[in-house]
Order: sequence, then structure tokens, then C-alpha cells
Amino acid sequence: MHETMVAQSLLEMISAEAAKRNARPIGAKISCGMLNPVNDEILSFAFGAIAKSTVCEDLKLEIEHKPMNGQCKNCDSTFELELSHLVCPKCDGKDFELLPNEPLTLEEIEFQTE
Amino acid sequence: MKVNIGKKILLANEEYALKNKQLLAEKKKLCLNMISSPGSGKTSILYRTICDLKDKIKIGVIEGDIQTDIDAERIRATKAPAIQVNTDGACHLSAAQVNKALENLPINELDLVFIENVGNLVCPSDFELGENAKVVVLSVAEGDDKPVKYPSIFAKSEVLLINKIDFLSAGAQVNFDIERVKIDARKLNKDIKIFPISATTGEGMTDWYDWLIESINNSQGN
Repeated sequence: MHETMVAQSLLEMISAEAAKRNARPIGAKISCGMLNPVNDEILSFAFGAIAKSTVCEDLKLEIEHKPMNGQCKNCDSTFELELSHLVCPKCDGKDFELLPNEPLTLEEIEFQTE
Repeated sequence: MKVNIGKKILLANEEYALKNKQLLAEKKKLCLNMISSPGSGKTSILYRTICDLKDKIKIGVIEGDIQTDIDAERIRATKAPAIQVNTDGACHLSAAQVNKALENLPINELDLVFIENVGNLVCPSDFELGENAKVVVLSVAEGDDKPVKYPSIFAKSEVLLINKIDFLSAGAQVNFDIERVKIDARKLNKDIKIFPISATTGEGMTDWYDWLIESINNSQGN
């Protein structure tokens, strides 16, 4: 639901970086954790709509979804959590520590080279 | 040419959240962000809590709703100060809105500020407001699969209030396995405190009040 707000924030951040470098941004990579996911299709649509007639028009957004990791308290292994099946894949242990969730981050911008 | 940025996208919100956190810490006030789907009983829980604890602690409320000031009016009937924030369609409160609302509350006279977020189990969990802790409310009529279906808010909350448990003892036809909720919530958040309550009958509210008073004492450094 707040993809439009994320899109607005992204547009401001990318436009500011573009102005600093006096370059045209053509691509951007963002990442998000499992506890604050964004929907790729809705975000790309919202970004495309508000980026019209700005320096970010036609910019290609790439969204990386980072897995949530857990650390098993029984065998100490670190594993990717599957929310519908919360057990350690190695030892079937159910007691684990959730590792920190990745915040929604603007990782990288690709600028057009002259 | 690719350039590394590595900046948080919701940074503008987090800057305001930090301001709120600093203000609350400086004044030694406890602030709790209440999150749930619409109709789970957040306002009723606050109403009862304020009335039952009125001789012990002073509570102020920031009410977030898309429209109307119905909730703030309900809270003001208890004589507690309440600030209504209308989001005009937005699905969550932002830290900037809370910052402004805090300015309008008589904060020096209060022990505890409740923020009642917009009824929504999804978006509010992504927006820090500067609170000390999140409290998620789930009512039994909503079903026992909610921690699995909406994991983020259950993973991020310090307290889970399971409300309307009087439905269960009254034999209402609701499919709600309270043990399943506890197990699923603790898988995501092993330290979450779970209080089954009824804001209507008052059942279970004492444990919630004890937790509130202990948390206020901690924030005041007693």
C-alpha cells in the first residue's frame, strides 16, 4: 500500500544524486528484507508514473528481496527462514534466533556514460 | 557507470522517529505504538486501561485514523488528553505526524503516551514513530492464522494482546486456537509477551497493567 510513498522517496533520492553528478540515471537497485517487503510490480508502476517528465523517466528499477536468516540454537547453523515452515533444515530444531531484518535500501544507481 | 549509494529509503521518516525518541527519552516518558487490524478493539482497550489506571498513571493518546475524530472523542470522555491525526487516506501514521501531535500533548504531565495507529496489520509495522515498543492487538474473531500471515508486525512487537477472549468462554462459534497463536508468534519473536484479555469484561487486564506500570518505572529510571 505504501509503495507510492517508497517510489516518491526513491525519486527524490535518485534525483538528488543525479543533480550532484550532473548525470542521467538509467537504472537503480534497491533491496528489502522479508519483514518489510515491497511489491515489485506495484513499486515499478508507481515509480514509472511519478518519474514521467523528470530526470528519472524510463529508469529501470531492480528490486532484490533479501531472505530472512535464522540461527539454530541446537546445531548453530545459519539458514534461510521459510515463514510457512519455521524449522532448521539441518536438524529440524525449532529453537532459533532471528537474525536482523534488512532495511529497505537504495543500493546502487547506474548513470548514463557520455 | 554504477555508483554505490547504500542509503535507507525511508530515512526521512526515521529522522523524525529519532527526534521523537530523543524527546521522549529526555522527558522520561514511555511511548507505545498500538497496531492491529480495524475492529480488534484498540480504542476499547485504551479506554478501559485509562479508566482502570486513572489513580496510578497519567496517559495521553495520539489517535491515528483515516477520517473522523470518533476515537479521540471516546478517549476524551475519560478526561485523558487525546490528539486526533487524520491521515486522509494514508494507511499508517508517519513519524512527522507524531512529532507534531507530541507538541500538542501536555507531555510534562503524562507518564505514558499511547499512539493508536491506523487500523492495518501491514504498513504501520514498517514506519518507526520513535516509540519505545510496539504492541500488536489481535482479536479472536480475526482467526488464529494471523501471526503466520502477517509475520512482520508479530516479529517487531514487544507485546501481543489477544483481545475479546470473552467470546471464547461464552462459547461463540469462532475458530481460534489460542495456543497456536502463542506458538506461531513466539517462533517469530521468542521474547514477545502475550496477554489474553477482554477489554469488555476486564478479564486478563491486570497482567497487562502490571507490565505497563513496570515499563513506566523502567523508563523513569525507578
